[in-house]
Amino acid sequence: MTGLAGVWRLETRRLFVSPLSWMLAAMTQLMGGLLLVMTLTDIQNNPQSLAETGGVTVYAVGGLMRFITLVLVLVVPLLTMRCIAEERKQGTWSALMASPVTSSALVLGKFAGVMGPLTLIWALVAAMPLVLATATPLDMGILAAGLIGLWLITACFAALGLLASTLTREPSLAAAISLTAILLAWLAYAVSSVDWQPTVLGATLDPAAVIRGISPIGHLDRLLRGLIALSDLVYFAAFVAACLALAVLRLDAERR
Amino acid sequence: MSASNLLAATGLAYDYGRHRGVADIDLALAPGEVVGLLGVNGAGKSTILQLLAGTLGPGAGRIEIAGHDLARAPTLAKRHIGYLAERPALYRELSVDESLDLAARLQGLPRAKRADAVAAAKRDTDIQDLGRRLIGGLSKGMAQRVGLAQAIVHRPALLLLDEPTSGLDPSQLHAVRALIARLSTKHAVIISSHLLAEIQAMANRVVIVAGGRIVSDRPAADPDAPIWIELQCARPPSAAHLSQLLDGAAVQTHAPGTFRIPGPADASMRERLADLAHAHDWGLIGLASVADSLEQRFMQATGAIPQESQI
Repeated sequence: MTGLAGVWRLETRRLFVSPLSWMLAAMTQLMGGLLLVMTLTDIQNNPQSLAETGGVTVYAVGGLMRFITLVLVLVVPLLTMRCIAEERKQGTWSALMASPVTSSALVLGKFAGVMGPLTLIWALVAAMPLVLATATPLDMGILAAGLIGLWLITACFAALGLLASTLTREPSLAAAISLTAILLAWLAYAVSSVDWQPTVLGATLDPAAVIRGISPIGHLDRLLRGLIALSDLVYFAAFVAACLALAVLRLDAERR
Repeated sequence: MSASNLLAATGLAYDYGRHRGVADIDLALAPGEVVGLLGVNGAGKSTILQLLAGTLGPGAGRIEIAGHDLARAPTLAKRHIGYLAERPALYRELSVDESLDLAARLQGLPRAKRADAVAAAKRDTDIQDLGRRLIGGLSKGMAQRVGLAQAIVHRPALLLLDEPTSGLDPSQLHAVRALIARLSTKHAVIISSHLLAEIQAMANRVVIVAGGRIVSDRPAADPDAPIWIELQCARPPSAAHLSQLLDGAAVQTHAPGTFRIPGPADASMRERLADLAHAHDWGLIGLASVADSLEQRFMQATGAIPQESQI
């Protein structure tokens, strides 16, 4: 446990003293802020659009969360690439590998560490709609579900990025691997909207439903619409656990 | 393996893809021993240390540290190891105190003992004044000391030091050597280097590595080291002729005009060579008994003495 806490503290410290983390947080905030201003301007100019889109919470806040998810596709790999790949490249990884800390503690400590700055980014994003709430009533249920969804998808991206970071000693390659994996998940979700139900051996298949079930973006979509389902929460937990377990196996293979 | 061994490695092998890293490594170490791992760059010294430190998993073989199998009980085994990699694993963004506290945490030292352990490690490595300095701002020699402090913070029985003086200037080198000599009174040490003088100065046992294998493992001051008669002449005969005159004795050309002949420590061979030099007018310059030097041992073990120079 001391080892896990040590790795967590180390990772948190490394990320919080890194200019990259602060720059990414600022960039996310800037992008989110710009989108929110544009959305509010649009509402001001076309107030009738609110009725068509389900109210200000769904339109402005839901839109913001979707957009931030897209920004996180770029932000998270840039942070997670540092976790292990960069340590390997800088030669500091041997200190952790030679220590009695188990691979599970290493991975969990790293994951907890990287979730620190990502949670800060999430909190800053959450502050934007809360500011909006001072001027107009918001549906707090939808807002809470959206924020839960945003944090969970961030955790999924981080776990995937951490796994990618265990695969190489090149941080840029680790970032490219996780970016590709996340974009593929996104693409799978986009493909699932295509209405295609082939018949095989007399049975009608629904591949779109399967793909929607596999891609984390599909599960996020329900949360952004204000629907909190246990199946979605279990899916996110399982996704994170699977990525972290694979990362542990990768490190164990390296050590044994 | 002897029950008193602190380290026992048997049949270690590791490959880098298709390229062989090390093979058939058998190494045992008793408490208090200082073993010098000597070899040219790329011989496999660092790979052996990484395997012993558990940062690499061996393709074959077994390692026991203080009776704990490194593969089966890595947590227990690693508590007995302090490892300083060739490039010290230091986080530039941490201060010296933070770095040592982290090392103590990673070794599982409880909170109550960490401060004392950090203070003792700083005292042992003479870095008491550096506590608040950031690692990124330290000189290479100072960083090396911090690396050593990090390796000993949990008082391991075994220290693995990979080229600890590499890249240091002469004064830093002297200081780090003195430090390692001091540490070797409290810890068993394996120190790797490609510098003969370094190993000679610090180790009491020398393991020579070449081509990924151990080719020699003997005490640094070996009482059984071969004695050579060194003959130096102004007008030397050929090595073959000299060998013929000495009833086929193995004659080695050590340098132009200088031969080495394995011989007994008594004076009989020297007297015989003096008589031959006088009779054949070789212009005798010097004749002496010399013990096999570490350099000689290294050259022979690694095959650096060409076969054709030996008759």
